[in-house]
Amino acid sequence: MRPVRVVTGSMAPLDRGDIDTDQIMPKQFLKRIERTGFGQFVFHDWRAQPDFVLNDERYAGASVLVTGPNFGCGSSREHAPWGLQQYGFEAIVAPSFADIFRGNCATVGLLCVELAPGPVERLIELARRDPAARLRIDLPRQTLEARGSDAPGGPALVREAFSVDAFTKRLLLEGLDEIALTLVDDRAIAGYEQRRPDWLPTTG
Amino acid sequence: MTDAPRTIAEKIWDRHVVRRRQGEPDLLYVDLHLVHEVTSPQAFEGLRLAGRGVRRPDLTLATMDHNVPTTDRRLPVADELSARQMDALAANCAQFGVRLFDRGSDRQGIVHMIGPEQGLTQPGMTIVCGDSHTSTHGAFGALAFGIGTSQVEHVLAAQTLSQSRPGLMAVEVDGELPLGVTAKDLILRVVAEIGTDGGAGHVIEYRGEAVGSLSMEGRMTVCNMSIEAGARAGLVAPDETTFAYLKGRPRAPQGAAWDAALEDWRGLVTDEGARFDRVVRLDASMFEPTVTWGTTPAMSAPVTGRVPRPEDTRDPEQARRALAYMGLAGGEAVTDIRIDRVFLGSCTNARIEDLRAAAEIVAGGRVADDVRAMVVPGSYPVKLQAESEGLHEVFTAAGFEWREPGCSMCLGMNPDILAPGERCASTSNRNFEGRQGRGGRTHLVSPEMAAAAALAGRFVDCRGAR
Ligand code: SF4
Repeated sequence: MRPVRVVTGSMAPLDRGDIDTDQIMPKQFLKRIERTGFGQFVFHDWRAQPDFVLNDERYAGASVLVTGPNFGCGSSREHAPWGLQQYGFEAIVAPSFADIFRGNCATVGLLCVELAPGPVERLIELARRDPAARLRIDLPRQTLEARGSDAPGGPALVREAFSVDAFTKRLLLEGLDEIALTLVDDRAIAGYEQRRPDWLPTTG
Repeated sequence: MTDAPRTIAEKIWDRHVVRRRQGEPDLLYVDLHLVHEVTSPQAFEGLRLAGRGVRRPDLTLATMDHNVPTTDRRLPVADELSARQMDALAANCAQFGVRLFDRGSDRQGIVHMIGPEQGLTQPGMTIVCGDSHTSTHGAFGALAFGIGTSQVEHVLAAQTLSQSRPGLMAVEVDGELPLGVTAKDLILRVVAEIGTDGGAGHVIEYRGEAVGSLSMEGRMTVCNMSIEAGARAGLVAPDETTFAYLKGRPRAPQGAAWDAALEDWRGLVTDEGARFDRVVRLDASMFEPTVTWGTTPAMSAPVTGRVPRPEDTRDPEQARRALAYMGLAGGEAVTDIRIDRVFLGSCTNARIEDLRAAAEIVAGGRVADDVRAMVVPGSYPVKLQAESEGLHEVFTAAGFEWREPGCSMCLGMNPDILAPGERCASTSNRNFEGRQGRGGRTHLVSPEMAAAAALAGRFVDCRGAR
């Protein structure tokens, strides 16, 4: 996984709650056995609607998706974060995320930033008014700043601190391979296996 | 470990901690890892790229379910991509020594069916699978999580999973479910009550009289849909119902091992005085057969009621969008909603008890003229059992299609899908936009309600249909 430190760029506003992973990556694309090539399929069915935000050229190069609460609910499909990332999003900002989705994002290096509903709304308004507005998310400092496109060096129009759990932060910053990290403790795992009751079932 | 009173979830958690470090999630041992064809190919590929093996193939079990056609299993799979994905699973299982219930196996079935059927799902275990409905296994008093593909790879390589400690939530359902009101109606009501993210970050323990009197099948239906309330997992305390279900199953302990296991399982209770972070209490005697009207499982109404008008809901904007997608105006009586299709299947409601309950309503009746109805048993053992009881004849005589087991129209990765605009009474768990086919409209109901709707061509109260 590539390390994540600072994400900068413009925002795509998608003002809906409860967006499920079936919408983010519909089932017909889950048949692929590769890990790449999902970007073009993201929000596939919604993209058939001309007024869908990602069909609006002004948001074409957005690197941050700003959206509603409980984002990524439903199916555990990691194809959803793969698709968002391969489409070009480096971070998602929302009032809340579904648990499995958030975990999947952490392992693939897609930054989930949780903010209170108020600031998220202000970001959405800003992105609508000024599609080229610039966002800067600083993971080491855990801050987010948005500036108007007319005043890129000016004062931040939205400035928020966000929290992220220490372990996820480390994973993202260092781009760690969690499996390698776990396998360091091979002896602890083997020791645990010695202690397991022998009536537990096996599939063999 | 501590002597302080603990919940079941804490007890299971504590006994599975392999490594605990300050500022890191706990590393938990995984007792059973279930695998299916959709979320595993990239995980196996990751192992190959890193030169890693599967640590415990003997704690891993694979099945094919999402892509399998539900027509004659001897025929080749027409969809090339589906075939390629299933071939990949077979090849991966062969290479890494993982047991597979392949198409054609008499034990094949939906991934959440096979564990309980084989007696592999037992109280006190940790169970994971690259599938959000892994919460189903919590019905046995196990701690069962859905995970993503990177985590599947992690578990394959290390038989462990790092997880932060969840919050603890109790959903206590007191009173008795009225006749004709099912586990499905109970969980739809819970999801409506706490919301699509009401369980986020939490393990839900379902408690109370109404839960305790459910069969194992009913408990699986309830725990299955924990994820629709955003919960990390859902579970029910193991009891005599659990033990009776397990006894004699192929992989359940036997003889002295059974006694040892039983002693252990009996300790899996939430101690007096144990603390939950959140408690929700509901009265089952008020529940009714339920029908979802919108595009999240939380949007539902009793069959005796009406579809709400957007302005009467918590989030009018969201309700308006959902109603527009569903082709409803809001305000209509639930029993005025006409349907085109009926799907009796999925890991929520395609166990033998579900088919029996539906067959009881269908018996002697006739599927309405313009309705196409199908039954897709959740697994091969269920299909064989149903056929030995003659249920398939009840269904086919009434005009239902009797299919081969698989996920089928629950998500439509195989050819079983809705056409745009088609309206379906479905016993599955998700009514998301396009879930059963692009533009398809899904109403989630119990098997009894689905059966009654098939005959009437619209939703009717199954309590009057028997
Ligand atoms: S039946 Fe539906 S919900 Fe269950 S595992 Fe299959 S696709 Fe998922």
